[in-house]
Amino acid sequence: MQSKPVLLKILDVLAIILLGVSTYFALVVAPTELVMGNVQRVFYFHIGTAWTALIGFLFTAVLSVIYLVTKDLKWDRYQVAAIEVSLVFFFITIVLGSIWARPAWNTWWTWDPRLTTAAITELIYIAYFMLRQGIDDPDRRARFGAVYALIGGVSAPITFFAIRLFRTIHPVVISGANSEAQGGFDMTSGMLTAMFVALIAFTVIFIDLYWNRIRLGNLEDKVEQLKLKVTM
Amino acid sequence: MFLQETTANTDGYMIAGYVISFIVMALYVASIYLRSRNLNRDLTLLEEMDKPVAPVETSQPKPKKTAKPVTKRSGKK
Repeated sequence: MQSKPVLLKILDVLAIILLGVSTYFALVVAPTELVMGNVQRVFYFHIGTAWTALIGFLFTAVLSVIYLVTKDLKWDRYQVAAIEVSLVFFFITIVLGSIWARPAWNTWWTWDPRLTTAAITELIYIAYFMLRQGIDDPDRRARFGAVYALIGGVSAPITFFAIRLFRTIHPVVISGANSEAQGGFDMTSGMLTAMFVALIAFTVIFIDLYWNRIRLGNLEDKVEQLKLKVTM
Repeated sequence: MFLQETTANTDGYMIAGYVISFIVMALYVASIYLRSRNLNRDLTLLEEMDKPVAPVETSQPKPKKTAKPVTKRSGKK
């Protein structure tokens, strides 16, 4: 068994600490929103996970290009790892958004442009894994995956800009003209601090999980190679 | 909700949100750990199988030298 690098062990501990710190800032330091009450506190994790997931999806598009140029399967493993972690984070984003929407909009879900594009993005990357499952040849699987992720990468900026491009009820809290959209709110300095702490915390957690997932991918590859060697 | 004067009591939603977030993250970490453990087991097993096979020593006893059958020579002189 390969032992973990010291830097990764430090990152593991740092990620746990930052998750705790971010939770503390969100639940204790940030003030209670006057209209919505405590449900507004899910916003910090919502934006933290959304930020990292969307960056992660864009990053996979870059990895796709690198794989298609180099044809090195290492980049395919990096891509799979990034998509998997982003998918988990984006799932949390969607669930938290839905929980917030229930008291704010009086519904768990509505086919608003932001919610629709977010759901489509999540489904695109779920389908990515289904596509890979159907292809046995590793090179072919990696090539198809890279092309798919490259095209799928377009969904990330569309999701991000959906609230700025289309008529929507989703609030644009950051640098938005319609912060007073249904459920929108202006952020105080305490809220801004909690938000930035969440952004930093989830970025570190993402990097930590990503590194761990890459190691898992490398291990999968090693086992696969050895299986082929033994059976030959 | 927006015409009210007091802050809405939405604590339950907040708790649900945080609980779900932590559960999803914990499940993902657990899945990475379990997959890694299973792969390490497979790797150990495959490495054992891949080791070059040592020459097999037979435990059968060497055949004893048997006395040559005594043959009578024909007494041609």
